[in-house]
Amino acid sequence: MNTAETPFEFVTVSYLTRIGNQSAGTLAELLTGLENCSDASIFHHTYQTLGSHHFLTEGFSNDFAQWVLSDTNRNDLAEQLAALDIRDYVSIAALRRDLCRVVGDFCAAFPHFAGQSALERFYFCESVEVTAPLGRKARTLDEFREGIAHLSHAGFYFHFISSRLRLKLQTNDFSHWLADGLGLTTLADSVNHVDIYTNTLDSSRSKLLRLIDRERRKA
Amino acid sequence: MSETLALARIPLDDYAELLGEGEIEELRALAKPLRGRSIEMINSTAIGGGVAEILNRLVPLAEELELNIKWDVMTGGEDFFDVTKAFHNALHGAPYHASPRDFEIFLAYNERNRAILPLDAEFVVIHDPQPAAVIEARKPGSNYWVWRCHIDLSRPNRAVWDFLEKFVSRYNGAMFSAPEFSRQLPIPQYLFYPAIDPLSEKNQELEPEFIAQVLARFRIDPQRPILTQISRFDRLKDPVGVIRAYRIVKRYFDCQLVLAGGSASDDPEGTIVLKEVLREADNDPDVRVIELPAWAPLEVNALQRASTVVIQKSLREGFGLTVSEALWKRKPVVASAVGGIPIQIIHKHTGLLAHSVEGTAYQIRFLLSHPEIAAKLGEHGHQHVKENFLITQKLKRYLTLFLTLARGS
Repeated sequence: MNTAETPFEFVTVSYLTRIGNQSAGTLAELLTGLENCSDASIFHHTYQTLGSHHFLTEGFSNDFAQWVLSDTNRNDLAEQLAALDIRDYVSIAALRRDLCRVVGDFCAAFPHFAGQSALERFYFCESVEVTAPLGRKARTLDEFREGIAHLSHAGFYFHFISSRLRLKLQTNDFSHWLADGLGLTTLADSVNHVDIYTNTLDSSRSKLLRLIDRERRKA
Repeated sequence: MSETLALARIPLDDYAELLGEGEIEELRALAKPLRGRSIEMINSTAIGGGVAEILNRLVPLAEELELNIKWDVMTGGEDFFDVTKAFHNALHGAPYHASPRDFEIFLAYNERNRAILPLDAEFVVIHDPQPAAVIEARKPGSNYWVWRCHIDLSRPNRAVWDFLEKFVSRYNGAMFSAPEFSRQLPIPQYLFYPAIDPLSEKNQELEPEFIAQVLARFRIDPQRPILTQISRFDRLKDPVGVIRAYRIVKRYFDCQLVLAGGSASDDPEGTIVLKEVLREADNDPDVRVIELPAWAPLEVNALQRASTVVIQKSLREGFGLTVSEALWKRKPVVASAVGGIPIQIIHKHTGLLAHSVEGTAYQIRFLLSHPEIAAKLGEHGHQHVKENFLITQKLKRYLTLFLTLARGS
């Protein structure tokens, strides 16, 4: 069995939600908020919310889309916002640009909707991140499997979802280490294709473990 | 004298069965840098009320993580608690004319408590307005002070808030139950949800035989759909509106309505509302109006578990933890989009929101017609509570807050 020179170190994460100073009561105000809010706010309402609502696998993508759907009743705009896939982004700046473009284009096309009051206001919040090492390391595929099986939801989310921004690559910590540490590029690629929008964190983990088990049987 | 409360330890591992070993391991990892560091929680009551209920469970869990935590209760006379009750209502937006004497009483008791309470922990957490002014005892730069506000401050009485804000602004941070409950402040403000304990009597699993006994005791038919609202008899909970919604549903479904809440005997307004409810019920044999004793967690648990649909048709609400209680039991919930309810009910994902009697009735009818959708909403609601509104998540939030404060963010 391959042994990696650099071990995989399992970490977990916890987020405090900081309440921001901005809120939006119309689509036009949402656009202003998107243009001016902090990166931590964009992260909170897209990446972080996907982790904390991972169990919703039908029609929930990010807080902006959900608010547009439930509080402004603009299904068409909500659909476009929900379709923005965080796996396509390696920077918050790029994601913000697309969020602003989608909302901006809609407001320009339907100015009469842009100023209509929403049922409830949208409050911009920010994530404050704290990480903690779990004291578990893996050098082999067996140890790696054991570590993943024991991870909390937040730990799994940290390595599998939010890692994209940290790595600045369109991949995740697990795939990155499988390819770089163990040279298992095919497995790494398969792991990276597990769909985080249509799976919960638990079902993503189960799929990942099945892929690893298949690889172990080959050895 | 202040009272330092000693509480029995609850094994953290008992939660692992419900949440998974990984979640408990995570709490231990986050707590590791805080081991032995001191925390002091201060509130104004040891028994009764949501804050005491939460601290009663939270403090032993923190102790098990080897945090040096203590819970102190401030003391005050009847005059102090009369003033703070008036402040509480005024901060919720009730009409109130504060007199200079009220502020003097408030400050005098806070000063007295400053002399009694230790206030020397590295992290001091002050709960609600009553002890907010003890921060005057803080020595500059000596320790971290945070204010946990359990009140909706979105429409406060100006005079009372202006008075309190002077103290609140001196804390290192403030925590609110919903973004809309917060104020513009010069200090960081954080979102801290209230929480339920899945192992408490109100939320633990129950034997089917016990649930059947409770239904029999209250003459509720287990064979027909049961719609339930658990809340005290208060106009803001709109029990009369619930009966009106039930009457619309009743045209289409042979269902029963249960309105259960704490006894109204010591609450003059509650007694009046109860009479209004009974008048509206008009001796309908399928409407059960149940006055529960002040502390009847197992009965509440059983009624929620026996329900087909749980309703929370409040006109105004704080956070509305009865919603989380129902969701934890995998119940489909129809609730008003007020206060903290939309945080718990993500419309069409973890339950259904309504804005009127007719809307409430429609959503109930929809759920009774589509039990498979009701079951899915209930399951998603359970997961939502598991991720966000359990006591273990609250503990995690506190650990994260202390780590954030200590690193200077």
